[in-house]
Amino acid sequence: MATANVNPTRMELTRLKKRLVTARRGHRLLKDKRDELMRQFLEAVRENKRLRREVEAKLEVANQHMSIARSTMSNQAIAVAMMYHKQSMSLEHSEKNVMSVKVPVFEAHYETADEGDIYPYGYASTPIDLDDAILALSDIMPEIIALAEIEKKCQLMASEIEKTRRRVNALEHVMIPDYEEKIRYITMKLDESERSATTRLMKVKDMMIEKSVEEAAKRNSEFE
Amino acid sequence: MSKIAAMGDRDSIYGFASVGLEIFPLDRMENPAQTLNKLANGDYAIILVTEALAKELEQEIDKYSDRPLPVILTIPGVTGNEGMGMKAISKSVEKAVGSDILQDQ
Repeated sequence: MATANVNPTRMELTRLKKRLVTARRGHRLLKDKRDELMRQFLEAVRENKRLRREVEAKLEVANQHMSIARSTMSNQAIAVAMMYHKQSMSLEHSEKNVMSVKVPVFEAHYETADEGDIYPYGYASTPIDLDDAILALSDIMPEIIALAEIEKKCQLMASEIEKTRRRVNALEHVMIPDYEEKIRYITMKLDESERSATTRLMKVKDMMIEKSVEEAAKRNSEFE
Repeated sequence: MSKIAAMGDRDSIYGFASVGLEIFPLDRMENPAQTLNKLANGDYAIILVTEALAKELEQEIDKYSDRPLPVILTIPGVTGNEGMGMKAISKSVEKAVGSDILQDQ
């Protein structure tokens, strides 16, 4: 029983009442946070699915070109063609705060001035499919980076929603009913002791009146 | 400043080298899980992993899902698309909502 170890005093009652108010306010805030997180999460997930479908379709095309290129080139030839890459990409990452969830934001930087300068080989000895494959891959890089951003955002938001929902449930179904129960118990206990104090006073008063009536009667009999 | 890495079988990731990614082909690795952990704790912000490899390293990859960085992205390899990426999205929807309410949209 939750009320087993409660001190039924007025001080405890004030303390519990204050905590109940705080718990209620926290509950309301967390509930709002959960709802807003959920709304943004669903939006992000839809975008995530769309982007992933797009990236996967484009990657498949790139892979097809790559397979064809591979089939016409020997392992050594392709290794030689790819041995030296001109392009080098680096990422700058920062954080964005979405409903207290810190999500990464990326910005890509290319080392060569011309982003299109991607072919690390001469055109003479390589099939056109290799060019197509590399062009396709270079085209989807921005989308892949965007996908990475949003996929991480979804993952982090999902765990934040899970956490927030647990907190909301704990407040709603455990903490708040517990406080209410304790407050009711203390109120009843205090009322009870107040009533017993009142009856005691009434009883004492009765006794005093009886006594004074008796004394008055005694005095009267002495006069007679 | 951080970099992007690609892990997987050579054929699937070769092309990424030419667009400026660093590639880690499977045939050069002794222990893919160890390599993944090293990359994740190094300065790689995005790690692309082919589906076939992601399936093997599922436990390792799950470890990083609650951390803001790195982002580990599964991509279909040359062997075809098995839908693992979509499954991962469904998993986070399930985690947040309780069931996958956005299925087949």
